[in-house]
Amino acid sequence: MNANLSALAYIISSVCFILALQGLSSAKTSQRGLTFGIAGMALAIGTTLMSPIVSSYGWIISGIILGGVIGTSIAKKIQMTALPQLVAAFHSLIGLAAVCVAAAALLEPYAFNIGTVGSIAPASLVEMGLGVAIGAITFTGSVVAFAKLQGLVSGNPLIFTGQHPLNALLGILLVVLIGFFATSESHSLFWSITFISLLLGFLLILPIGGADMPVVISMLNSYSGWAAVGIGFTLGNTLLIITGALVGASGAILSYIMCKGMNRSILNIILGGFGGDHTKVLAQGGKEQRAYKTGSSEDAGFIMKNAKSLIIVPGYGMAVAQAQHALREVSDILKREGVKVRYAIHPVAGRMPGHMNVLLAEANVPYEDVLELEDINRDFGQTDVAFVIGANDVTNPAAKTDPKSPIFGMPILDVDKAKTVLFVKRSMAPGYAGVDNELFYKDNTLMLFGDAKKMCEEIIKSLEE
Amino acid sequence: MDIISPFLSGLTVFVLAVFVGYYVVWKVTPALHSPLMSVTNAISSVIIVGAVLAAGSAQDTLTQAFAFVAVVIASINIFGGFVVTRRMLEMFNKKK
Repeated sequence: MNANLSALAYIISSVCFILALQGLSSAKTSQRGLTFGIAGMALAIGTTLMSPIVSSYGWIISGIILGGVIGTSIAKKIQMTALPQLVAAFHSLIGLAAVCVAAAALLEPYAFNIGTVGSIAPASLVEMGLGVAIGAITFTGSVVAFAKLQGLVSGNPLIFTGQHPLNALLGILLVVLIGFFATSESHSLFWSITFISLLLGFLLILPIGGADMPVVISMLNSYSGWAAVGIGFTLGNTLLIITGALVGASGAILSYIMCKGMNRSILNIILGGFGGDHTKVLAQGGKEQRAYKTGSSEDAGFIMKNAKSLIIVPGYGMAVAQAQHALREVSDILKREGVKVRYAIHPVAGRMPGHMNVLLAEANVPYEDVLELEDINRDFGQTDVAFVIGANDVTNPAAKTDPKSPIFGMPILDVDKAKTVLFVKRSMAPGYAGVDNELFYKDNTLMLFGDAKKMCEEIIKSLEE
Repeated sequence: MDIISPFLSGLTVFVLAVFVGYYVVWKVTPALHSPLMSVTNAISSVIIVGAVLAAGSAQDTLTQAFAFVAVVIASINIFGGFVVTRRMLEMFNKKK
């Protein structure tokens, strides 16, 4: 296929990818959008296969089949609670693929029309250096994120002295090496750049705590896009540049939304140290035990049944306990009793953007019953019961009232405005931010201690009696 | 007339694409942010284009190896990303 024709096909592919993202503006159009995305990808690969420079097909076809089988079988089996890990693992693969492509371009540049060995233009070398650096950072960064999400390493932030100066030093070193690489085309410099970037990716994500993972995943999503852009510039391929830019922008926007949901700056998160399992737990010895009310599943069932309206506030704890199906049964029974049931989703509920929505959709919760913070927050005042299950910090009134609290300024769900609050929790331990929740001690709050799933099942029983 | 450097024409495309991405992604409903992430994951594996060019023309075994690895992992991502996205979207569109 001649170059102009394939350039034309690449434009069509780019448009398909844009349509795929645009389709996601509503659930109805989303599946059609996905079909465009798949068509765009098929066209891109098909066009490339017909390029005159591609002379052997065996390795390519077997590679695609092998990858396709592995990818499909993983994606079919994965549980939706493990979605964040899967996405992190996929990000790491894009990073690694970018490194491999950059290496191949360095070894045999004529395949990409960027010169011959020893005479690649400096501009292409800069692009190659950047591409491999971003790719390598994405790779190891995502591997660390995956390990943290999968629980292979502790979710606690790992901090050592001199961490930030070290990272800064490595960053500067990278820029210098890319400069030298551009003028020398030295292969050992290329591999040094790769190695330092791998190290940097590792060091950048280690200090970030488990609770900040929604931001980290979005950030790595963005990086994987920029890695594609870097390779696109190297190979002079507009399809890669356009697609990478779309993905980069998407990840950046998601990071921004997640940061806003936690009222933290992106810099604050990258510098890390926040969001471990035992950060700054309040000195409890000095404080007297405060009184709170506890209730049983029967109490909860009784209160729910007699309510006119109920808002469920699910958090990551619900997902961990796999309580979404039991929870949906509770809401089904209540709906039959004539209770108006809705779900309120905080932007950072779950371990990645939109995670909670997927989990609820999986449990057959109707799309229209699930509302975002800004759409439902005003309704808590007119609601009889707020049922908080597996969430904590996102309901803490201290975010509004206590300027000294580490979560001050974070947007919260105004659960405390509901007439009665039912709070399912394992124990009185504080949430990720390590702050006590005022809500527990309110007169209208009833604490339900226990596992989220068991509690829901018991509530179902008491409702059915 | 001077010929515009390929870098600059690439940059033009890049800047415009960032803007397109910015406006399109803000329109995505928050409920679908997870599928957004998995589909962007799949499409950024379009990097496979570079891998295919290298794999189809490589002379040297080492280049061939890099290109093959890149084809395999990019394919994992493409298929995995699209399949998991489809699964999620089906959940959102279930008949009640």
